[in-house]
Amino acid sequence: MTEVVERFGGSVRVRVLKDRLVRGACAGAALVALVPLFSVLYYLTVRGLAGLDAAFFTELPKPVGEEGGGMANAIVGSLQLVGLACLFGIPPGVLAGIYLAEFGNGAFGRVVRFCADVMSGVPSITIGIFVYALVVLRTKQFSAFAGGLALAVIMLPTVTRTTEELLKLVPEALREAALGLGVPKWRATLRIMLRTAAPGIATGIMLAVARVAGETAPLLFTAFGNRFWSRGLDEPVASLPVQIYTYAVSPYEEWHRQAWAAALVLVGLVLSLNILARVLVRHRVRT
Amino acid sequence: MDLVGRPADAGRVAFEREASSSRAPSAPFAGAPNGEHAQSDADAVASRAQTSKMRTEELRAFFGRSEVIRGITLPIPEKKVTAIIGPSGCGKSTFIRCLNRMHEVVPGARSTGKVLLDGQEISRGVDPVRIRRRVGMVFQKPNPFPTMSIRDNVLAGLRLNGLRPKDPASLVESALRRVALWDEVKDGLGRSGLSLSGGQQQRLCIARTLATEPEVILMDEPCSALDPIATARVEELIHELQSSYTIVIVTHNMQQAARVSDYTAFFYMGELIEHGRTDAMFTRPRQQKTEDYITGRFG
Repeated sequence: MTEVVERFGGSVRVRVLKDRLVRGACAGAALVALVPLFSVLYYLTVRGLAGLDAAFFTELPKPVGEEGGGMANAIVGSLQLVGLACLFGIPPGVLAGIYLAEFGNGAFGRVVRFCADVMSGVPSITIGIFVYALVVLRTKQFSAFAGGLALAVIMLPTVTRTTEELLKLVPEALREAALGLGVPKWRATLRIMLRTAAPGIATGIMLAVARVAGETAPLLFTAFGNRFWSRGLDEPVASLPVQIYTYAVSPYEEWHRQAWAAALVLVGLVLSLNILARVLVRHRVRT
Repeated sequence: MDLVGRPADAGRVAFEREASSSRAPSAPFAGAPNGEHAQSDADAVASRAQTSKMRTEELRAFFGRSEVIRGITLPIPEKKVTAIIGPSGCGKSTFIRCLNRMHEVVPGARSTGKVLLDGQEISRGVDPVRIRRRVGMVFQKPNPFPTMSIRDNVLAGLRLNGLRPKDPASLVESALRRVALWDEVKDGLGRSGLSLSGGQQQRLCIARTLATEPEVILMDEPCSALDPIATARVEELIHELQSSYTIVIVTHNMQQAARVSDYTAFFYMGELIEHGRTDAMFTRPRQQKTEDYITGRFG
């Protein structure tokens, strides 16, 4: 026993001490990392709840100086924008991810992968300007459509790379099992590989959705904002992040209060989308 | 021969099965392969009654530049169990993966030479998907589909091929009965395939293969991840299946080869050293290398 210990240097007591030290340092770091998270949540809840009432969810914003009012249009608007972003962003993202995972070993695959990585680092305001030039200038109108498109472009690289990485994690043995049964490759990919990776991909997509749900900059010159209900996807639309920004920089106490409430609602919205996606995926995969 | 597990038993079983077979004493290895090392049974040459379900001719397989199979000519007799033995890296797995075009799935893999199924060349010019439906495969590690129930795993081969069985319930039952898994799982067919033990999972995978009604079943070390009891179950199963299927089994375990197979082929460094009737091979190997290997001197 002593021989072994000496060979590794130091006594057992020193090694136990080192172990505790490192473990303690890791636990401490984890705590430090959690501090900002919980303080944000705490502060948000305390300040947000103060401005929150039933009217907040049902009424339109009131003009300056009038008490009360809500952000019903911004809540619905945010949901619309995120929905459009999913519609435009998820299908091409997932398909591109499948391509990269299954056939992406060539030069083209490498180029696509590189572009996706670069794109995920592009500031969101740049993408806003891009969509502004591409859609808003041509249609001569701010619109929900343009906003959704901007958010979709932001989501795209994340969805693509997540799908690719998670498909690559599915054991090759499953693909071989399917191919060995005489299943064509494309069907093995869709019905076995994609299905097996689905929970992970859904989580990745939810992270992307959560990110774009809070985007403000690209919406400023695409979806713009609207103090009333928008009557179609070709009209400017209100959204929670833009509304928070507008209210937070205003000089009115009442608006500040509502901005906090809106921030809390936004976090709640992202959280419930997250939970919903998890439940749906778990339910579908089990059957 | 006391170095091999149950040589007497294995020999007897093989003989009994020969005797009970309605066919004439088999001689699948008619026409000696022209490999330098290969020799065929004298009695095999004498009689040409046994038909070959499959046959490889001068088969060579490559991964990139390295040649893993170096010109193997081997007949695979119909409705018999052929075991392929040899040390790790000798090309056993690669060989059987050539038999159902699974070799080419690996990037950089290719092959030359011929693979015949019922006399038809299948190694090129044919859709691999069609070959794999006729030549099924059981893998080394049990690989049930994790997202599917036991029931759906059995039906997977059909459903993934776009077929809708008329009576799925009875199909599931008969496939699971064939692999002796029915009594163990009949009350939980909706459970995940992963909830089963390793041995049960492997039998489920065999049931999944049987449900697609292949003509040939390739087994790539089907018991290497199983404990001795589960192994015995799978071996019994192989005995039962060989009356209706042509089976090729790769194994590291020489006792297993002796127990389950009618014919054995010994591979070494990508070459076929010797093949013939299992009982003869394990009692009177003709090549020094074969004898060294089966007596455990290397490998």
